[in-house]
Amino acid sequence: MSTVERPAAETRRWVGQSVARKEDPKLLTGRAGFIGDVVLPGMLHGAVLRSPHAHARIVSIDTSEAEALPGVVVVLTGATAAELVDPMPAFCAEPVEQRAIAVDRVRFPGEAVAAVAATDRYIAEDACARIRVEYEVLPALVDPVAAMDPSATRVHETLDSNVVFHRTLDWGDVDADLARAHTIVRSSARWHRMGAHPIETAGAVASWDPFSQSMTMWSNSNFINFLPWAFAGILRVSTNRLRMIPCTVGGSFGSKHLITKVVSITGALSKACGRPVQYLEDRADNVAANDNVGCDRIYDAELALAEDGEMLGLVLRIIDDYGAYFQFAHGQHGNAVAQPVGPYRIGSLRYDVSCVLTNKVQQGFFRGAGADPGNFILERLVDKAALEMGIDRVELRRRNFIRPDQFPYKIPTGNIYDSGDYEAVLDRALEIAGLDRWRAEQERLRAEGRYLGIGLASCQERSGYNASEWWSFYDEPPLPATSTPESCKIDVDAMGGVRATIGCPLWGNSPETVVGQVVAEEFGIDPSAVSVVYADSTIGAISAGPGGSRVTIMLSGATRGAARTVKDKMIRVAASAMEMDPEDVECVDGVFRAKGAPGTSMTMAEVGMKAHLFHDGTDEAESSGLVAVYTYDHPYFTPPSADRSDLGAFYPMVSHACHIPIVEVDPETGEVTLRAYYVVNDCGTVMNPALVEGQVVGGIVQGIGAALMEEYSYGATDGALETPTFREYLLPSMHEVPEIVLEHLETPSPFTTYGVKGVGEGGRLVAPTAIASAVDDALRPLGVWVDELPMTPERVVGMIADAQRRP
Amino acid sequence: MPDEVRVRITVNGTRHDLRTEPRTLLADLLRNDLALPGTHLGCEQGVCGACTVLVDDVATRSCLVFAAQLDGASVRTVESLAGADGTLHPIQRAFTEEHGLQCGFCTPGMLMGACELLERVPEPRREDVEEALGGNLCRCTGYQNIVRSVCAAGRLMAGQASDGQTSDGQTSDEQSGVRA
Repeated sequence: MSTVERPAAETRRWVGQSVARKEDPKLLTGRAGFIGDVVLPGMLHGAVLRSPHAHARIVSIDTSEAEALPGVVVVLTGATAAELVDPMPAFCAEPVEQRAIAVDRVRFPGEAVAAVAATDRYIAEDACARIRVEYEVLPALVDPVAAMDPSATRVHETLDSNVVFHRTLDWGDVDADLARAHTIVRSSARWHRMGAHPIETAGAVASWDPFSQSMTMWSNSNFINFLPWAFAGILRVSTNRLRMIPCTVGGSFGSKHLITKVVSITGALSKACGRPVQYLEDRADNVAANDNVGCDRIYDAELALAEDGEMLGLVLRIIDDYGAYFQFAHGQHGNAVAQPVGPYRIGSLRYDVSCVLTNKVQQGFFRGAGADPGNFILERLVDKAALEMGIDRVELRRRNFIRPDQFPYKIPTGNIYDSGDYEAVLDRALEIAGLDRWRAEQERLRAEGRYLGIGLASCQERSGYNASEWWSFYDEPPLPATSTPESCKIDVDAMGGVRATIGCPLWGNSPETVVGQVVAEEFGIDPSAVSVVYADSTIGAISAGPGGSRVTIMLSGATRGAARTVKDKMIRVAASAMEMDPEDVECVDGVFRAKGAPGTSMTMAEVGMKAHLFHDGTDEAESSGLVAVYTYDHPYFTPPSADRSDLGAFYPMVSHACHIPIVEVDPETGEVTLRAYYVVNDCGTVMNPALVEGQVVGGIVQGIGAALMEEYSYGATDGALETPTFREYLLPSMHEVPEIVLEHLETPSPFTTYGVKGVGEGGRLVAPTAIASAVDDALRPLGVWVDELPMTPERVVGMIADAQRRP
Repeated sequence: MPDEVRVRITVNGTRHDLRTEPRTLLADLLRNDLALPGTHLGCEQGVCGACTVLVDDVATRSCLVFAAQLDGASVRTVESLAGADGTLHPIQRAFTEEHGLQCGFCTPGMLMGACELLERVPEPRREDVEEALGGNLCRCTGYQNIVRSVCAAGRLMAGQASDGQTSDGQTSDEQSGVRA
């Protein structure tokens, strides 16, 4: 159940309603056009041979037997691919080069060593099996702490150390706050690497035309209209001869922003033979080598509190295992410091981060993007402080919440929180959870030797990202702050038909529906009347697309801008035709008429026909046609200061949620069962309640995975990937999911169109730490403290055994 | 080239007489040879269930079956559900009304699994849905709305059966309708 509390004065007709999803019919009927559905005449199929070793020198590769196989057209090694394509783009300042197919050395299990294009996928796979690679196996760096040792083998010879990036940043007077604290709680916590694992893998179809030196590339990448020049750079194609075409995307969760490996391999294969080539990762490719892995952090954290529980300062020392490459630099930490102090008035922060390279697939972005473990550690510290200081955990949060009258609120790092009412969210969550009933149930079950736990977490969801977070910790950033724009083109044709063209692809969210709602709102027409199409990279529709919970914020801004520009022109055209002053004309229910005196009027079609074909030249500045492109830049960002004492506002639309999960833990088996789950969410104006509920619930279930089952596992000595399929890497199924009860409060953002904030990541940003809190609460009689996720059955049994052994 | 085998197979009511390699998977036959892209491959290891189709009315993972095993069989894919005039099947209608899909990649497998269930159990309870679809992975929705969708589909189909009606055409106006 999802309900929205909204002021009675609400006057919008379509924004805020559960308008049916425009995207559904094609998805429901198998006609959506995923990358695997793209078929071109003469198209070949790619497959990739991958390293079985975590770390090895490639001594030799013999491709002759593969090349001899009938149906095989191209076999590329790292060396021959390097003649066709360039290394992949990196947003780091450090010299860490990455090629889609390894040259001379492999640095993680599953790194590509060769690629084949053949007449069908079966033959391409056969050919891979016939490629002979001789490896000289090198010591595998698996443990990030061991990899930090100066004597350790280096993952990259171009670096002096496997600590590819280290920085300590102080905001506020941390030492003074530690000195004056009454209590300092400490936590060593471990957040393991997990993968985004959309059900559709990454893929591309490349078609190289050697005569015009042009490339057409279909893919499920998100950044085709954000960084098309980066793809052109890899592919060695001039930017104006690369056309990137979007496909419907079968889920991403952050993992398909760039997919440069797939784009590069597919492009190289097509360039090698001048024919179209399709390469789709299979699941083994995706798990092992897609950059879809999230954070992998070891925390040593301290929270300093005054005697009355006032939170003073926070110290976060982090070792983050980045794997073998550093494509997005320390972006996951730039992201985390958008909200490191959560919803609390914490005055100072020390953030000490070591990004360490090891022989694992590199980190990319996964829903939460660095703020997910950030919420985990903070809420763990708050729960621990409550326990150690003997203050009720709800009361401790209440005392420290930023108050509604303090917004916009600047946190120590410089980021701004736009609005919120955290106590109201907490109060409502406690109410809908019916805590007294669950406490009674807990008592009753404890008497039977059963362990029920009530979790609680109050967390932020920073939204509307600014990509500058990828490089914001550098003294001399390789790039300046970016406005991370989003655009929409709207045209009204001669018959009054409205079409919106957007640069962001369909990633599993609902851009068509949102655009339809906004256009409908502005023109007073029905959302079903609005046609929405996706732009390829030749249209010039700049778009950073979905990511960082931004797309509804940005797309609604872009769409309203374009709609109003076109509508204003239509008003002028109609006014001219009706011999009225434009000031006196309005558009109501898709009809242009005199304000307040509906008499003379023109329909959309009448205005459209006039504007297209019967321009009367009344305004010399205006030509025929009804089309507008509107690019909406990030509504509020300020650059970092040179000394990084103020990172500026970069993630200022801040949603908030309180989660209360109810779990039961079986101490014999270690199994954690979710009995119930209550959420109150505030993401500003709710654009579409049904779709927002879908995002929150879906995110929570990914959070259940993070809390209980999902983990990349590597052999301690050989670094072999021990979770290569969905049989070992477990995803939540229907069986793990309780009924989730969800309500919304709305504190609109003052910075955005309609007051919307982001909601795409919130569920996963809060659920893991909330469930950890519930398991703690369940096992309190046994003295367990959860500081490591996921809480697999083995780990829970181990935690109980450890607690029992302690004196 | 390995020897080809003959497969006489009925797919969505159309009879085909095909020759294919013995190793061709049913999913690849459907997608590549018969140009039916609605059956999606998520893992090709039989874990995710996205490729579920009905083989002689039984929900089957098409990535785990060789086409050569199916000589004489009848297969139904997601393409069999909606009408050529754009009329959605009641199961599809229920999924859109209950927001039971987001990215849509697992959806064909969910729909076909639901189809089998609803033919056996016309008005399923939550536990029936979990039993039938518990092995189908969805990474977007969190499942809650999928369960609701399947239960709602049962009610829609039961309502139609009792009214003696065929499925209603869903007009674009209805699609944009606001739900309570």
